[in-house]
Amino acid sequence: MFKYYGKYAPYLFLLPAGIVLLIFFFIPFFQTFVLSFQDYSYDIYHPAWIGLKNYVELFHNPIFYKVLWNTFIYLFVAVPILAIFPLFIAILINQKIRGVTLYKILIYLPVIVSIVVAAIAFKWLYADQGILNYIVTSLGLEPIGWLTAPKWALYSVIWVTIWKGIGYYMIIYLAALMSVPKELYEACDIDGASFFRKHLTVTIPHIMPTIALVTTISAISAMKVFAEIYVMTKGGPLNSSKTIVYYIYERAFENLDLGYASAMAVVLLIIVMAFSFINIFCFERNKYQL
Amino acid sequence: MKKFFEKFSIHFILIAVSLLSIFPFIWLISTSLKGPDENIFAYPPTIIPSDFTWANYSGVWDKVDFIGYFINSMIVAGGTVFLNLILSAMAGYPLARMEFKGKKIAFFSILATIMIPFQAIMLPVYLITLKLHLVDSVNNLAGYIGLIMPFAVSAFGIFLMRQAFLGIPKEMEEAAVIDGCSVWQLFTKVLIPMVKPSLAVLAIFTFIGSWGEFLWPSIVLTKEAMYTLPVGVNNLQGMFSSNWRFIAAGSILSTIPILIFFLAMQRYFISGENEGAVKG
Repeated sequence: MFKYYGKYAPYLFLLPAGIVLLIFFFIPFFQTFVLSFQDYSYDIYHPAWIGLKNYVELFHNPIFYKVLWNTFIYLFVAVPILAIFPLFIAILINQKIRGVTLYKILIYLPVIVSIVVAAIAFKWLYADQGILNYIVTSLGLEPIGWLTAPKWALYSVIWVTIWKGIGYYMIIYLAALMSVPKELYEACDIDGASFFRKHLTVTIPHIMPTIALVTTISAISAMKVFAEIYVMTKGGPLNSSKTIVYYIYERAFENLDLGYASAMAVVLLIIVMAFSFINIFCFERNKYQL
Repeated sequence: MKKFFEKFSIHFILIAVSLLSIFPFIWLISTSLKGPDENIFAYPPTIIPSDFTWANYSGVWDKVDFIGYFINSMIVAGGTVFLNLILSAMAGYPLARMEFKGKKIAFFSILATIMIPFQAIMLPVYLITLKLHLVDSVNNLAGYIGLIMPFAVSAFGIFLMRQAFLGIPKEMEEAAVIDGCSVWQLFTKVLIPMVKPSLAVLAIFTFIGSWGEFLWPSIVLTKEAMYTLPVGVNNLQGMFSSNWRFIAAGSILSTIPILIFFLAMQRYFISGENEGAVKG
């Protein structure tokens, strides 16, 4: 094709986005590393260069390990459920039945509603004399401190993340299901395969890439949870529901210890970038036409 | 018979899941409509209020500046959408249609930003925003700009627009150039109208993302008059401590705008055509 644009046109078009990305992505990216070598806790305007001390402290801090462990529990609980359950729902919705749009709207609703409202709604369900404990006690069990017992708090918060994600991943699966060739299902029907057998042998292998994609994106978002914890538990009781982003927030904006928080941010950065890297180069190549 | 049983169980499961999806809101609505003569902790719980009242709504409405929060959210979400549309379209165009030195570098730098979670770089972003005086303690306008700028463009948007431009036949451009269009005219008069569907998708999903954003505003905002809806709703908990009737009413009130938006635009969300369009 003939070149109709001047030498500078491409750069001028890229410039506005480039400036924003430079100031709010690339500079902060490198500055996160720089901050992690500094101490802000004495004087926020004149940080001291302290080398690896933040990292040394971090890796000797039992709370950090607790927080990291909580984050991985978040991952191990939320990710498998979010990879499997929405697929199951999507398969059901994909059958020829009535009312599909209504089901989709209702199940998608939690995705659209602000996470703050969702967390408040669940806080109310989880109240000590709340409706969930009514169910528990009417089953003859002791009431549960959903958000007040260290044993339960993290799982109660994880459930909110799962509940809010189901509709989102269901839609991704529905899109993938459209690409499964109908003839394969017809062949199954002729052979008299059962509902489960049909989907185990046809659907699952066909949409394996999508399952992998959902696994990595739900893992990335599980690493980044913040609002649920902020609204419901503030990381408590006894750090039992504190995850890494919440701890970064707390150290940075409540203890004003930006250096220490940045060392943690670097850890977060490395983990999330590893997941994203797999995601982009293995599962989303087409989206970016690499 | 087997078919009937199968359909019946599918509906049964889907109804159960739908109910689970909306039950937390139903319970919140129920609580918000219960008057002072009804124990909201009563066992067994009742969904239909016996002491029905709208008073919690009017009470919370009088004490909390929902209109203010709503306007703040509109300004921030509107500004974010506006900038995303312009910046993404402008950046996506040369990446799709032009050959230039450094194209590969530009492409992969933008791709790299997808891998960087905002949560990991938010501390320097905060310091930079302070240094640029883009905070509400300077003035309200600076506060709005500070809320918008870190999300003014996203790699997702740029790639979405690039994809859209890639789909336009090259002959369109050739014809326009032969007719004497400049590059800028070609971009604004010929290409932009052709990528409107993608712009709509980008606008809708950027809007939803910005509307729900909680972490960033709760870091930078200092004045209550600047609160966006999510920050304001979270603040209800502190204002009314254990008055769950008011907290519930306020939460439901704050949800009405986005609910209307969702129902009006639902086909964009649930059709599956825009798979993975919301940020994860």
